Amino acid sequence: MKQNSEGLEYNNSTVKMVIGRFRKHKLAVASLYFLCFMTVLAILAPIISPYDPNKVSTSFSAPPSLAHWLGTDQIGRDMFSRLLYATRISLFVGFATTVISTVIGVVLGLIAGYFGGIVDIIIMRITDTIMSFPYILLVLVAAAIFGPGLWNIILILGFVDWPGAARLVRGNVLSLRETNFVKGNIVAGMPNRYILFSEILPNTIGPILVYATSVFAITILDEAALGFLGMGVQPPTASLGNILNGAESITILTSKFWLWVPAGVIIILLVLSINFVGDALRDAIDPSAKE
Amino acid sequence: MIKYIIKRTMIAIPVLIGITILDYAIMSLAGSPLEMMIGPKTTEAALEAKAIQLGLDKPFYVQYFVWLMNVLRGNLGYSIKSYQPVSQIIGSHLGPTLLLMGTSMLVGLAIAIPIGIYSAVHRYTKRDYTLVTISFFGTSIPSFFLSLIFIYLFTVKLGWLPSSGIKTAGGDEGVADLIWHLIMPVLILAISIAGSNIRYVRSAVLEILQKDYVRTAKSKGIGRFLTINKHALRNALIPIVTVIGMQIPMLFGGAVIIEQIFSWPGLGLITMNAITGRDYPVIMGVALLTAVVVLLANLITDIVYALVDPTIKY
Amino acid sequence: MYNNEDNNGERKPLVVVSELKKYYPVKGLNIGKNTPVIHAVDGVNLEIYEGETLGIVGESGCGKSTIGRQIVALEKPTSGRVIYQGETLSDMPFGCLRKIRTHIQMVFQDSTSSLNPRKQVYDILAAPMLYHGIVEKEGLNAEVNRLLDLVGLPKSMKYRYPHEFSGGQRQRIGIAKALSVKPRLIVCDEPVSALDVSVQAQILNLLKQLQDELKLTYVFISHGLGAVRYVSSRIAIMYLGRIVEIADTQELFDDPIHPYTQALFDASPLPVPKLRGRQRIVLKGDIPSSVNIPSGCRFHTRCPYAIESCRINDPELISVEGSKGHKAACPVLMAQRSE
Repeated sequence: MKQNSEGLEYNNSTVKMVIGRFRKHKLAVASLYFLCFMTVLAILAPIISPYDPNKVSTSFSAPPSLAHWLGTDQIGRDMFSRLLYATRISLFVGFATTVISTVIGVVLGLIAGYFGGIVDIIIMRITDTIMSFPYILLVLVAAAIFGPGLWNIILILGFVDWPGAARLVRGNVLSLRETNFVKGNIVAGMPNRYILFSEILPNTIGPILVYATSVFAITILDEAALGFLGMGVQPPTASLGNILNGAESITILTSKFWLWVPAGVIIILLVLSINFVGDALRDAIDPSAKE
Repeated sequence: MIKYIIKRTMIAIPVLIGITILDYAIMSLAGSPLEMMIGPKTTEAALEAKAIQLGLDKPFYVQYFVWLMNVLRGNLGYSIKSYQPVSQIIGSHLGPTLLLMGTSMLVGLAIAIPIGIYSAVHRYTKRDYTLVTISFFGTSIPSFFLSLIFIYLFTVKLGWLPSSGIKTAGGDEGVADLIWHLIMPVLILAISIAGSNIRYVRSAVLEILQKDYVRTAKSKGIGRFLTINKHALRNALIPIVTVIGMQIPMLFGGAVIIEQIFSWPGLGLITMNAITGRDYPVIMGVALLTAVVVLLANLITDIVYALVDPTIKY
Repeated sequence: MYNNEDNNGERKPLVVVSELKKYYPVKGLNIGKNTPVIHAVDGVNLEIYEGETLGIVGESGCGKSTIGRQIVALEKPTSGRVIYQGETLSDMPFGCLRKIRTHIQMVFQDSTSSLNPRKQVYDILAAPMLYHGIVEKEGLNAEVNRLLDLVGLPKSMKYRYPHEFSGGQRQRIGIAKALSVKPRLIVCDEPVSALDVSVQAQILNLLKQLQDELKLTYVFISHGLGAVRYVSSRIAIMYLGRIVEIADTQELFDDPIHPYTQALFDASPLPVPKLRGRQRIVLKGDIPSSVNIPSGCRFHTRCPYAIESCRINDPELISVEGSKGHKAACPVLMAQRSE
C-alpha cells in the first residue's frame, strides 16, 4: 500500500507523543546523548584517532602520557586509538546482530501468529529448541565450529537471538488477529500482506523496538564475553572484548590498569545507557504500563 | 493433573529430539571422529575396520539412530582427549557447578525478591527509582569485568580471598575452606542474577498491586502490611515461580565464564576446555544434559504454576 | 447501481444459508476421548432477500453471531453452505473470494476494537477502496468526504484517530468503512448493544436511511427485541443453534407461535396484543449447555407445553397455514391451532 501524506502526518504526531514522554526520563535522555556521542566517535574513528590502531611502536605498555592519552599496550599500540576502533567494532556487532535477529524474529513471529496451525507449531518448536540451549554454551560451540571472526560472531549471535522476538511478535499477533479491525479488513477482502504489515505490524512496533534495545545491550555484553574468552573478533582487529582478554595476565591486572579498565568502563557505560534508553522507551510507548 | 503433566511431557519430546538432531548435525559438521584417531601406526585397513566398527560406513540417519540408541542406553561416548567416558566426566564435574550456581541463585534471589517487593510497594518514589537504577548496573556490568575488579581488590590488593579453585592446595578440605573459595564467584554471579530479577519481581508485584482485589482490600482499611502480605504477595508468587524457573538454564550454562576465571572445576570449565580442544563428544554430552535439565525445569515450572494458580485449567 | 430487482415481483434470495453447522472444540485438555464440541450453529436454513432487513434474535450463546461470521466468510462452516448468488463461499478459491467479499460487509459490536488505533479515519476508509480499485487516487479524498457525509460525520474529522471519537461516532466510522467497498449486504452484529440508549436510536435511523438510499440488504443480529423490531422486515428467532421461528416482523408480533418466541415477548416490555389476557410464559432454569444439546426438541427442558414426544422427536420448521413465509418448529402448538 502506498503511504500517503496524511499517513506521514499521523506518524509524526505519535512520534511526538512518545518523545514527549521519553523526555521525562532524564537519565535516559542523558544516556541517549551519550550513545549518540559514542556512535559519532565510532563512525569518525579513522579521522579522530591519533594513531593507526594496529601500528606497533617501541614504547611497550607505556602508562598514559600526553603522547598516548591512555598509554600503549604490550606491543606498543596506542590504546586510545584502539579503544575508538574497538567501540566501533562492538557497536557494529551489536547493531548488525540486532537487525538480523529482529528481522528473523519479526517475520517468523508474524507468520506463526497469523497463519497458525502446523506452521505455527513448527516455528514455535524450533524457537523452543533454540531457547532450551544454554545461551552462552550455544554461542561458544558455534564459535568453535564455525571459527571466530567478525561476521561469524554477528551471524551466530543473530541466529541465536531471534526466538525472543519471534515469541513476542507471535503473542502480539495472536491477540491482534482476534480484534475486529483485523476481521473487518479480512471481510473487506484485503490481502494477507496488507493485514500483516499495515494493520498488525504497526501495532507491535513499540514492543519490538523495546525488545531490540535489550538485544542490542545483550549482544554488546556477549561480544565482550566472547572476546574475553578469545572466541570473538580476532586480533589484530580491536574489540572491547579482546582488549580485555589481555587482563587475564596477572601483571596486566595488577600493574597496568590502563590496558583493561577503560575498555570495561566503556562496555558498562554503553550497556547501561542502552538499557536506560530501552526502559524509558518502554514507558514512553506503553503509557498504560504506568499507574 | 496427571493428564496435564503427560501433555507437557509430550510437548517436550519433539523439542528434545530436535535438540539431539541439532547436536548430531553439529557433531557431524565438525568432522569424522576417525580424523582424531589417525596416528603414525594406523593403517588404511585398520581405519576401515574402525569405520565399520563405529558404523561410519552407514548413511547419516542410520548413524544418528545408532547414536540416539546409545544415548538412550546412557552411553554418551568417549572423550577424544582423555578417552574417559563422557558420562563419567560430566558426573565428576556436576557437583561443583551445582554448588556454585545453586548458592549464587539463592543469594541472588534473596537479594532480588525483597528489593523488588520494596520497590513495587514504594513505586514511583525516589527510593524506587534509585533501586531500579542500581539494578540496571547489575545487568550491565559484564561478569568477567566484575571478576577482574574483585580479584584485583580482594586478592591482589587486600589478599582477603582466594581467586582460584575450590580448595586450598595441600591445605585442609573443610567446609570453611570451601566457603572461602565460594565467596567471590558467588557474589559476582549473585549480583548479575539479582540485577535482572529485581525488575521482574518489581513488575510482577506491581501488576498485582494494581488489581482490583488489592485495591478493595486497601479500601477496607486493613492496613498496608496486611494488604501486601495477605493479598498481594501470594498472588505475586506465580510470576516469581516463573522467574525462578527461567533461571535454571543459568545453573548449567551461565557459569562457563566465571568457572574459567576462577578455575572452578565444574561443568563450565570442562566445557570450555572441550570447546577449545574440540572434544566434541564432551560438548555434545554437556549440551544434551543441559537441554534435558532445561526442559525438565520448564516442565516443573509449569506444574508448580498450575498448582499455585487455581485458574489455570488442565 | 443496485439494479437487481426481479421483474416477476417475486423476490429471489441474495444469500442462501443451507444446512449450516458450526461446531467449536471445547478449549482445554482432552487426550484420548473425543473432544467435546460446542454446537454453536446446528443446522440452519435461511434465505436473505435483496433489500430486506433480516433480524436474528436470541439469547447470548444461541449462535446468532456465529451465523453472521459464516455469512461474511470469516470462518469456514463445519458443514453446510453459505451461497451468495449461486456460489458457495467456502468452496471459492482464495482470490475469487477476496473480490466477492466486498459484496458482504460487517459492522461489529465493539466499535473501539473495530478500528485500528494507529490509523487515521482517512487511512481506515481509503485503504480498501484503493486496493480494490473502487476509486482512482485523485478521487480518493472526495470519496472519503462523501462516505463521512453519508454517515453524518463532518469531513474535517478524517485526520483524527479512533480514540478521539465517541462510541456513536466510532460506530458511524465502522459503518462508513463497511460502505467503502460498496457492499450489497451488511451483517450488523449487535451494532448498537454497546451504545447509550439515546445514541442507539441515531445509529438505527442512520442504518435505515442508508438502506433506503443505497438499496442495501441487512442481516441485523441482536439480543434486544426493540432494536430488531424497529429495523427488521423479517425476524428469525434462534434457540441453541437452531431457528425456532421465522416470520415477517408484523406477523411475528401479531401471532407468535413457538413457546420460546412467546416467552421472549413476555419477557420484553413491548406490547404484543395477541398475548394479552393469556398466561405469561416465564422461562425456568438456564439455557442448556450447547455442548450437550437436549434430545428431541431442544427447548423441551424449559417448555411449559412439552409433551412426551418432544423429548424424542426433533421438530422441523413447518410453514404456518394461511400465512406467507411464517414458519415455526413446534408441532404441538401448531396442531392445537388447527384444531
